Amino acid sequence: MNWLITLFTSTLGRKLLMALTGLFLILFLAVHLIGNLQLLKDDGGRAFNVYAEFMSTNPLIQIVSKGNFFFILLHIFISIVLTIKNRQARGTDRYAVTSGKSSIWSSRNMGILGTIVLVFLVVHLKHFWAEMHFGDMPKVTYDGTEYRDIYSLVAQWFAVPWYVALYVFCMAAVGFHLWHGFASSFQTLGLNHPKYNGIINFLGKTFSVVVPALFAWIPINMFFF
Amino acid sequence: MKITLKVWRQKDANSKGAFKTYEHSHVSQDMSFLEMLDVLNNELVQKGEESIAFDHDCREGICGMCSLYINGRPHGPLQTTTCQLHMRSFKDGETITIEPWRAKAFPVVKDLVVDRSAFDRIQRAGGYVSVNTGGVPDANEIAIPKKIADEAFDAATCIGCGACVAACKNASAMLFVSAKVSQFALLPQGQPERKERVEKMVAQMDDEGFGACTNTKACEAECPKGISVANIARMNREYFSAITSSYEVMAKGGGD
Repeated sequence: MNWLITLFTSTLGRKLLMALTGLFLILFLAVHLIGNLQLLKDDGGRAFNVYAEFMSTNPLIQIVSKGNFFFILLHIFISIVLTIKNRQARGTDRYAVTSGKSSIWSSRNMGILGTIVLVFLVVHLKHFWAEMHFGDMPKVTYDGTEYRDIYSLVAQWFAVPWYVALYVFCMAAVGFHLWHGFASSFQTLGLNHPKYNGIINFLGKTFSVVVPALFAWIPINMFFF
Repeated sequence: MKITLKVWRQKDANSKGAFKTYEHSHVSQDMSFLEMLDVLNNELVQKGEESIAFDHDCREGICGMCSLYINGRPHGPLQTTTCQLHMRSFKDGETITIEPWRAKAFPVVKDLVVDRSAFDRIQRAGGYVSVNTGGVPDANEIAIPKKIADEAFDAATCIGCGACVAACKNASAMLFVSAKVSQFALLPQGQPERKERVEKMVAQMDDEGFGACTNTKACEAECPKGISVANIARMNREYFSAITSSYEVMAKGGGD
């Protein structure tokens, strides 16, 4: 088992965990977005409420959800370990002058972007996830079955200007985080070849623009229209 | 040309360093950057001051000895070695800041000179091939596809200057290590030690205290030999496949 310890305490092994957890969270974002887009349906929130009830009660989804929380925490934990090690690697005297010409901004500031996303995540979980699971939710009835009315909770928050502004700002941070993170995870996994580099880059850039933009569009739409 | 230089002066590894400013008025735009420093050093010696220590050797861009972090970039504004950088790349009256490579694994020896023997220890850990005795093999006996030979050669052009470490925000040596791993991993001659090589070199790299790669690609942009980050992806592949399939593993650094 020594080799496992060697692997996961090496810089390459830690990067591997960052990449794998990152890719899982990218998948999670895509699924979450598909669910959220039901908020835009003109049915008084029925589709979204039914979907949310399914997601919060289905045992299989609950297992994946636990895994998701674990991967988020792992992603954060390893990033902290790597950031500390990386700062130590520079040494005690740091550069007086640095230039940003040789790399893109988002790639150098994944920690800052990630921290913004984390703050958002805490606020987001408190307002929606915790309310849905532990809060005193209003109920609605569709075809004789009672559902928790998460839609009206969402609609209530998406009518608050500062909340919508925070949401949109944080989605921009997610976008920049993904702009670097998506393609970077493939590079870390060792997947770099002229045959498919173009596809990875195209998918990564498209995903990092389209997905956060659609996430941000939902509160904007509900606030203004 | 007249320039102002802000140079890092540090007596030795244990002293605290600081920037010192020099007004340099005897500069021609045809001078190389190192010649400009030579002229300044002559003036300093004539004034009875101690000259500025900096690394240099071949001055032909092939030895990897010259370093210098100039205005926030290793080897200055061009993607080349400092000896091949000329003063025409700077403006008259410009203030130029010169710092040593900054990395825990590259301690400052004096002024702008750093100790890069960490790279030598990584090389010693696995950057070699077995040479068998026996009769002289026929030329071109081992078939190697042109593209593979080219890729191995491109990796082998790494001169070990350390610009990748200097440029990296994490002081990561992965571009260097990956170039050294790749040049052998690609060729038939490198196969016997293929797995243990990457494991030992990565272990030594971590032991030396270099940081981890965050794929900013600053190293590739600053490498005077244009080593590609595709090598880092290859090293990752080599490492993950080696550590999950090798038998005899000495994953503690093999150097000293």
